Amino acid sequence: MIIAEQKPIPEIAAQVRQCRRVLVLGCGGCVTVCQAGGEKEAEILASALRLMGVREGWDTQFDAAAITRQCDPEYLEGIARKVAEYDCILSLGCGVGVNFLAERFRRTWVVPGLNTKGAGATLEAGVWEERCLACGDCILHLTGGICPITRCSKSLLNGPCGGSQGGKCEISPEVACGWQLIYDRLKELDRLDLLLEIREPKDWSRTHDGGLRRVVKEEARL
Amino acid sequence: MVDDGAGALTAERPGGDVAEREARFEPKIVAFCCYYCAYSAADLAGSMRLQYPPNVRLIEVPCSGRVDPALLLRALEEGADGVYVAGCMEGDCHFQQGNFRAKRRVGAVKRLLAQIGWEPERVEMYNVPASDGARFAQVAREFTERIRQLGPNPARGRKVRS
Repeated sequence: MIIAEQKPIPEIAAQVRQCRRVLVLGCGGCVTVCQAGGEKEAEILASALRLMGVREGWDTQFDAAAITRQCDPEYLEGIARKVAEYDCILSLGCGVGVNFLAERFRRTWVVPGLNTKGAGATLEAGVWEERCLACGDCILHLTGGICPITRCSKSLLNGPCGGSQGGKCEISPEVACGWQLIYDRLKELDRLDLLLEIREPKDWSRTHDGGLRRVVKEEARL
Repeated sequence: MVDDGAGALTAERPGGDVAEREARFEPKIVAFCCYYCAYSAADLAGSMRLQYPPNVRLIEVPCSGRVDPALLLRALEEGADGVYVAGCMEGDCHFQQGNFRAKRRVGAVKRLLAQIGWEPERVEMYNVPASDGARFAQVAREFTERIRQLGPNPARGRKVRS
């Protein structure tokens, strides 16, 4: 899923305080799972902004709503009439949701309530962590399912750098060396032979180059 | 809003000028009380004929873990001057973890209130065993006095929610 976290409320407030009617819009997708921008979080944020408005003397109305997903056109159509009543949407979707709302509702000011962190997983209740940088050219079959692009601070392809000490990365004693993790796992699986082959430089043009990456599945089109 | 039909929530009496009304500020306090402990303790306090301030309005919840930040904020929006959650003693929750969850959520609301310029002291978490009516009354007195010192909720008497 996409993982995200809410911006500090004063930062959000600065984005919307000039608006008269603000729709705090949650998303029922990934950000509901990581408890950053679902229906409940939208309700709490709207409530907090209303209380802040009382203290600061704003004349702004904040209402909360949520839709199933902010990244699918059909769900945006479902709120078009409601959106027309507001001059601002404070989106609690990921960055994709904010972009998509702004594209659909061209006369409405759309602002982000979250900072999008990446593609991650749930480590335990209340803890989420990145696992994929969406590089567009997966090589996890060569590295025992542990991603060197995401895990290695330099995204190296042929083993660790000299900054790997005691299994940790030189950027922080808290950060595991991605290549140590890969080595340990391949050793457990008796597949160290995979490390003998030299990997060519990665084709980063599949990552973010030449415009937006688009996926087309012909048989899924209408 | 001042009242919204819930007449019992209004501790203020009408009449008098502003200074006079402020001088006799009586906090409106909402207490979310766990059925298994604090709510029973309130009954016990009554049976023991212990006095506690009439400012505190109890809302029974099946577990303090039922309370989430949205409920606490809503109480403030509706004009409560202070809100507290009273759950079981730590380790004694009927549902194992509910009171710890409530404690973390109250902490989260305190941090949120600090961010938006409100006094975090307007919300609190207490642990009150069912067997301790005196503790229930003491908590009610303590919290009422704290809120009396803080003064009225700035949202009081205003329509905050649309």
